[in-house]
Order: sequence, then structure tokens, then C-alpha cells
Amino acid sequence: MTDLTRLPAADLADLLTRREVSSVEATRASLDRIAAAEGDLHAFLHVAGDAALKRASEIDQLRADGHDLGPLAGVPVAIKDVLCTKDMPSTAGSRILEGWVPPYDATVVARLRSAGLVPLGKTNMDEFAMGSSTEHSAYGPTHNPWDLDRIPGGSGGGSAAAVAAFEAPFALGSDTGGSIRQPAAVTGTVGMKPTYGGVSRYGAIALASSLDQVGPVSRTVLDSALLHDVIGGHDPHDSTSLEDVWPSFADAARAGASNLALSGLRVGVVRELHGEGFQAGVRQRFDEALALLAAAGAEIVEVSAPHFEYAIAAYYLILPAEASSNLAKYDSVRFGLRVTPEGGGTVEQVMSATREAGFGPEVKRRIILGTYALSAGYYDAYYGSAQKVRTLIQRDFDAAFSQVDVLVTPSAPTTAFKLGDKIDDPLAMYLNDITTIPANLAGIPGMGLPIGLAPEDGLPVGIQLMAPAREDARLYKVGATLEALLHDTWGHPLLDLLPADFGRSRAGATGHASPAHLVPPPGPGTEPDGGTA
Amino acid sequence: MPDESPSITADQVQHLANLARIALTPAEIEHLAVELGSIVESVRKVTEVATPDVPATSHPIPLTNIFRADVVGDTLTNEQALSGAPEAFDGRFRVSAILGEEQ
Amino acid sequence: MRYSISLGLALGCSIAESSRFARKNYFYPDLAKNYQISQYDEPIAFEGEVEVELDDGTLVRIPIERAHMEEDAGKLTHVGGATGRIQGAEYSLVDYNRAGVPLVEIVTKPIFGAEHRAPELARAYVGTIRDIVRSLGVSDARMERGNLRCDANVSLRPRGQEKLGTRTETKNVNSLRSVERAVRYEIQRQAAILAGGGTIIQETRHWHEDTGTTSAGRPKSDADDYRYFPEPDLLPVVPSKELIAELRAALPESPAVFRRRLQTEYGFTDGEFRDILNANLLVEMEQTVAAGAAPAQARKWWLGEILRIANARGVEAGTLISPFHVSELIALVESGRLTDRLGRQVLEGVVAGEGSPDEVVKARGLAVVSDDAALLAAIDEALASQPDVLAKIRDGKVQAAGAVIGAVMKAMRGQADAARVRELVLERAQG
Repeated sequence: MTDLTRLPAADLADLLTRREVSSVEATRASLDRIAAAEGDLHAFLHVAGDAALKRASEIDQLRADGHDLGPLAGVPVAIKDVLCTKDMPSTAGSRILEGWVPPYDATVVARLRSAGLVPLGKTNMDEFAMGSSTEHSAYGPTHNPWDLDRIPGGSGGGSAAAVAAFEAPFALGSDTGGSIRQPAAVTGTVGMKPTYGGVSRYGAIALASSLDQVGPVSRTVLDSALLHDVIGGHDPHDSTSLEDVWPSFADAARAGASNLALSGLRVGVVRELHGEGFQAGVRQRFDEALALLAAAGAEIVEVSAPHFEYAIAAYYLILPAEASSNLAKYDSVRFGLRVTPEGGGTVEQVMSATREAGFGPEVKRRIILGTYALSAGYYDAYYGSAQKVRTLIQRDFDAAFSQVDVLVTPSAPTTAFKLGDKIDDPLAMYLNDITTIPANLAGIPGMGLPIGLAPEDGLPVGIQLMAPAREDARLYKVGATLEALLHDTWGHPLLDLLPADFGRSRAGATGHASPAHLVPPPGPGTEPDGGTA
Repeated sequence: MPDESPSITADQVQHLANLARIALTPAEIEHLAVELGSIVESVRKVTEVATPDVPATSHPIPLTNIFRADVVGDTLTNEQALSGAPEAFDGRFRVSAILGEEQ
Repeated sequence: MRYSISLGLALGCSIAESSRFARKNYFYPDLAKNYQISQYDEPIAFEGEVEVELDDGTLVRIPIERAHMEEDAGKLTHVGGATGRIQGAEYSLVDYNRAGVPLVEIVTKPIFGAEHRAPELARAYVGTIRDIVRSLGVSDARMERGNLRCDANVSLRPRGQEKLGTRTETKNVNSLRSVERAVRYEIQRQAAILAGGGTIIQETRHWHEDTGTTSAGRPKSDADDYRYFPEPDLLPVVPSKELIAELRAALPESPAVFRRRLQTEYGFTDGEFRDILNANLLVEMEQTVAAGAAPAQARKWWLGEILRIANARGVEAGTLISPFHVSELIALVESGRLTDRLGRQVLEGVVAGEGSPDEVVKARGLAVVSDDAALLAAIDEALASQPDVLAKIRDGKVQAAGAVIGAVMKAMRGQADAARVRELVLERAQG
């Protein structure tokens, strides 16, 4: 019998539509896989087993009653904990929101539900999406299923690890500076950051409002497209939501996968995001992918983006500034943690004590940095300058897209680094986002997809495709073509190579930490059926 | 300002922590002063290219005049609004005594 | 948005070609987000002027710096302190229902040279703003309900000095009268300090209606750093020329023009009209007349009984009863269904919240007795008990009828038209 957890969402959806498989079977398969893998991975903060099975059974009943359900009805899905869910805690990986169940669903979650998808639970993340490794989660890190000793990327490492390890067919993520694309790169999965405003931010716990976008995480380009079709489109609850009528991204992906000829496509390689500073195996796989594109008829052009070198600096001013304001609402008054100093205190003291106790070190660091960047006397030099850099980066993109149809870069400078390697060096951690940040600053769409394993460490490498704003469909088309070309070359999807033991044997062979050391301590929220306290 | 050394003092961090309402410990303040100094040193390079002729971008996709009708929309019930409150009384959020004044 | 532009236009302001919102960041429990959405560097309206008329008819032009939009904060209730004030409270309750409601903040430029008339000018200015806001239909602008709030800045400058003196900002001023009193108090307080060689501290001060004084609040300090930055969740507003033209065309006349027109239309003398203005009842007058009442009657009721009740209660007359109900009441009296005395009883009922004048008449059974048979029965009884009166009337001493009329009115518990009773008494006596 087929292992349902290994099927792409599109294939599972077909079986469900044809009633060859029930949603209860598919959901139970995912829950069983979660039960087996979570002890190693800790990809979930909350698993809603009973609720998922109940919803699955409702979908099965509706389908049996002859209702015409959406194409993804009955398919399980994982949800990043940054998204508000009215039936599950929504903590954004922070102690300050521990146990908080919002009174409303994020728009994207409501759209998942009405499309009949079955939420499995909430995935782990760096606290308030600040980080590139999930090590800043208040509930402990997620481990990379390719090697438990390594980071799954961040902030959306939970969603990426869950999808890579077949715990869920696909998941929702959020991307402020690469939180969908970088985890996709280091776990061998596909992730899409849509055009800013393409997907509603309503109910997505805000990190940096002018950068945040919600998007899909999956194992195939088509699956991301299918999920994007469900969650995208205008939402009056979000003023920055675009009123565009979007084409079917699934159709774009299918078109890309069925016609592998790329003649006429101009592909730009960003000179500043290529070469030096990138791991050798990353460069090698990237060059091979370019060769594959060229062989299919694409014209490869080198383009320059001279201001990208200022992107990280601008990002680490804009993000902390907006975050310092967005995170002010966690003050012990309306929801979340309240810590009262010994012997009581004024509301000011209660707020300060709560925020001291409830926020982790990275969150405090960025709030203080953002407060500094906005404070009197520094605004023009820091925040004001960063916003000008934003303009310059947009101009770089405009110039590049006047020459090419899509831009490509490696998704991340390196493969997955070791847990603990950069935790004490914030600047090194920030540099990891160098490839992904420009798209957020400019609001353009970016997609990450796997292009192989780096020869030196056997870990996944990703490529990032970028297109002009509103041209998300172009990425699905080109991405699906490249994916098909790669699968033809390899003879199978990359994740077929995922080690069944999550890389334990490797760790032993190379003398790394013992597997026992890697298992996260059991804590609230990791029970497959119990849920967060 | 960018011409000066961007090093950040513990007093500055304490002031920022007060603005941000975080009761940082003395150890955290010392540590953050050092860390912020090096981060600010690194990010201040934005000033190199941010010349007066470059306009600022605050929204990545420029839109204007996004309004909605002035009618009651989806609202939470009183119970829903208070459902996450650490402390509520008489249909309202309850907080301990307030020291400062309205602004 | 439309209200803000209309208000800006009514204040003679330029409307920004592009206007945007900013976040003003500070922690306070009445802010649900711990920042306030406001406007900072690009307000919707700027550089205007309003004409204000003082009690003696002097016209003064007040320069407007800007009018910007922002959101209201929630409402705090302090519990456990003796006074309901923040000091000494045990805990506070927060109600966010008001939070996020849009408001416009109008900032004047410093107003120079008002000298001893500054308190009066401040009141007249706030009154003019109130009239403008009401005439635009933006708000009821009731100060006591917080629809219209005023922060009064006062600074003194010795004659001959160029630099402005240190200013204070007085909050919690909840009526037009308080505006005048608070400004006067603050001028005297500052003058006393300066005369004694002291210095003024730049601070927020609180007005206390009960004692007629202000007390020191939060000093302005370097710690105030609101870290304004463009609100990323809201987009800029770029009002079209067409929209501005449409709103400009729809502007009601200015309060000054409005006043002049009404005085002419109503045919009131300057003195008569001044009384209405001083009682801040012009808008009520206009609406009462628009609802059908004669100007003289409207003036009589508003400045008479209604103002008397308002003064006794220490509230503004306009808060007691709607112009529509006043017009209805006047119609009842004019039609003879109510006497003036009954009308005053009906007014009491309406003010007490018993409903419209018609409803009060029904509920209290206050209509005039217009049944001649009932009146005649009462008259006959009265005449029979006072035979000497009957004789006097027949002798031509008509004024003697007063005693009978009084008896009849008493028997009717006042619910009769005295003129009709008089007619009937005379008829009966002749008969």
C-alpha cells in the first residue's frame, strides 16, 4: 500500500477526489508520522490530532454526500505558529504568548478551512520570526531531518522540517527576510514568498509590517501553487492587500511542468549574489542548475545589483524599527503573559517585568535596536537612510528586470549549519539572509526550490528565483520547469534521498554528537495528540 | 549620529529599555551595549548611499487611497475580546495602578 | 477622510496633495497597540484661519497651524482612589470600545496680543470650532461628552520681549466656560510666578472644575521620544482635486455668515441676538425654527425655561432637549392644546427623559380642558358659591370675574385656557 505521507499534496488530492483514499486515512497517516518523528524533529508546537480527525471525517462525509468540494479538500496541512488560529494556541514561538488562543482566525487560515484543508497543528519557529535557525524559539529548536545536528533554517524551520520529513504534505509559512525560502533551501523543500500584498497579513502576528508575507511551503512547485491559489487574493482586512485578480498559479505550474522548453526566457544571475562568500557545493549545484536552464533554451545573463550590498544593513534597521513598534502590544494587559514584580507594582512595572520575562534575547536585542534606530536624533541617519536604500534596491531590480525575465541566486550562502554555531553571533546569523532580503525590501516574489545536495556535506542546496512584483505566476511556471528538468536528471525527487534515520548514521560516521543528545527534551506542545498546555 | 563613533553606552541602553518597557538586568544591559555597538557599526553603512536626492520607500508596493465604507464590520464580542486577558473585571481589562499620565 | 477634508476646508486650510499616517510610539494602557496612529509630517490640512467673534462683536482672526487625523485611545476608569483620579487609585479598568475611532486634532499657531481678552478669546475660538464641527455634521461636538476636547496652551511674554515665554498645556477642560476660566487661572498663576521672579516649568497641567484651579501634571522631558515613523499598515491618502472641489462646494456657510443671516431672517435686535450667542444656542435656534417654530417663540423657550433648567443643573441648554422637541412643544402651545404653564410641565417631562412632548402630554394627561360643558359646569358652581360676584359683573364691574376665573382654573387643575374661561364666565353672567 502507498505510504500516503510521501505523496505530493496534488496526488493525494486526486485520490481523495476519486474517493480512493479518505481524508481520515490521510490525516491519520500524517498524525502517525508526526508521532514517530516528532521526538527527533520537534517541528510542531501543537498537534491538533482529535480536531484534525474530526474535520477529516466531516470532509469525507461531505464528499460522500456528493458535495462538490475544492480541489484540496481533505488534504492535511501544517500551519506556522505565527498565524492566528481560533482553535489552537498561537504563540509565534514566544513565551509571552504561551497558551494564547486567539478569538479569530487569520484570513489565510480561514481560507484553508473553507477550502476543506485539514489543519494538523502549529509549527515551530524562531520567536516572533526573528532568526534563521529556530534556535530562538522559546520552546526549543527544530532539528533538520537531513541531519538532526543541524538547523532547519528559520524562522519557519518547523514548517520546512515537517514538510521535508513527510509529517505534512505542505504547510503555511511567513517570510519577512527569507523565513520561507531559507528553510526551504536547507531542508530540500519548495517555498514561495509571494508579491507583497498578494496574500493577506490579517491575523499573521506582525514582525515587520512592510516586509512580512505569508506563503506556502511544500515538496513540489505545484503543491505550493495549489496552496497559494487557496490563500491568495484581496482581503479588505489588510489595507496593503492587492486588489489584483490573480491567474491560477496551479495552472502556471502545470504549464511549466508540461513544456520543458525555455527558449526565449532570459535568466539573470545577480553578480553580487554569486561566487565569493558562497559554499563551494552551493556554487557547484547552482552552476549546474544554470546549465540545465541554458540547455533547455534559456538565455543566461549576468546582471548587476550594486546596492544589494546595503540590503542587510537596511533590513536590520527597518525590521527592528517596525518590530519594536509591532511588539509593543505584548504588555500583559489584553492577552498573554503577565508577570507582577514581587510585592506588586504599577502597571508600568508590570509591563516591564512581563516583557523582560516573556521575550527571549534575540527579540530584546532587536526591540532595543529598533528603538534606537527610531529615536530622536538618529531617525534620519538610520531609519531614514534605510528607507532610501530600499528605493535604491528597487531601482536595481527595475534595471535588472528590464534585461531579464527572472533573476536567480542561490537561496542561501551555505547548506544547513550546525545548531549552536551562530547562536552567539547575531551578525553572522544576519548575514545568512543576504540572498533573500532584497526581495522583501522590494516587495517582489521569490521562490526557493531544491537543486541537489552539496557534494562536501550531502546537504540540500536551493536556488532562488525572483520575478517582478505581481509576476508570481512566472515563478511557478519557470520553477516547475526547472523542477521537472532536475527530476528527469536525478530520476526522482530530491527528498527521496532523505535519510530514514534523519542522518544519525552520518553523525556517527563523522564523529558528531550522539543521537541521544539531539532529542529535544519533552515539553509542552510536543505530544502528538495532546497539544500545548 | 553617523559621524561620531556609533558605540553605545550602558546608559543609552537603559534609556532605550525604558522606552521599550523592558526591565533588562544590569548584565543584559552591559551585554547589549557591546552587541548593539557592533551591529550599529555594521548597519550604519546605509548612510554611504542614502543621499538627499534619493526618496524614501515606506511601502514596497505603492498604493494610495485604500478605504472602506464607514460601517460596522466584523467585531469581537465582549467575551471574545476579554478571553485572553490576564485579568478582567466588569467587562473591562483590569490593570494595576497607573503611575504615568495620559499623553 | 471626507469629514477631515471638509473640516480642513472650513478652517480655511490647504489640503495636502498627499497625506500619510505615522505611528506615535509610547506605552500607556489606554492604547491597545501601545502606539497611536496619528499624522506627523504630512497632515491632511494645514495653514488656515478662522474668524472668531468676541462678545462685543469684535472679530479676531485665529491662525491655524494644521489639522491632522489620529485615532482615539480607550477609556480608563481609576478605582479605589478617593477621588476617582489616577493618584491613589488601587487599580484601573480599560475599555477599548472608543479606541481606534478617528478624530481630528486642530492646532492653532500662537495667538499674540489677546492680552486681557485671551480667556474670552479662547472660549470664543473653541465655541467657533464647535459651531463649525456641528454645522458640518461631523460630530455633535459636546464637550461634556468628550466629542470635543481642548488642550489650552498658555504662555506669557513681558512687553518688549521677543522670545515667547515658557508655555503650559492645560488638559481636562470640559466646557466652553471652563476654557475661559482655565485660561484665566493659568494666566494669573503664571503672572504671579513671573512677578515673583520665578520661572515657569514646561508641563502638562490639569484643570479642576470644582476648585477652579490647575494642578501640575507630567513635566515635558527628554524622555518623551515618540519615535514617529510612517505607519506601514496604512497607505497614503491622495485626495483628488475633484473630491476637494466637491467637498468645498458642499461646505455650509461659515459661522460668522450664518450668524449674520439668521439675525436678519429672525429680525432680532443686536441685544436679542447677542443673548442667543452668549447662551451658545444659535444652532439649536436655527434647528428649532427649521422644524417649524416662530423665531420669537423659539427664542422665548430656549432663553427662558430651558436655559433656567440648564443653569440650575450646571449643564449646557443644548444637552437637555432636542430642537425638534422644542418645536413640537411650541406647536402644542400655539395650537392652544397647552397653556404656557402646562408647556413648562411638558418640558420638564421631556427633560426627564419621558419621551417626546406628545408622549409626555399623553402620559401625564396634561392637555387643556377644551370641553365647554365641563367648563360651564365648573363656572356655574363657582358663580353659585359667589353670588355677589355675579351681581358685580352684571353691574358692569367686569374685573370682578377674576375671582370666578381663578376658582374655575383651580377646579380644572390649571388645565384650561383662561381666556376661554373668561369668555364663558362673561356669557353666563349676561345670560
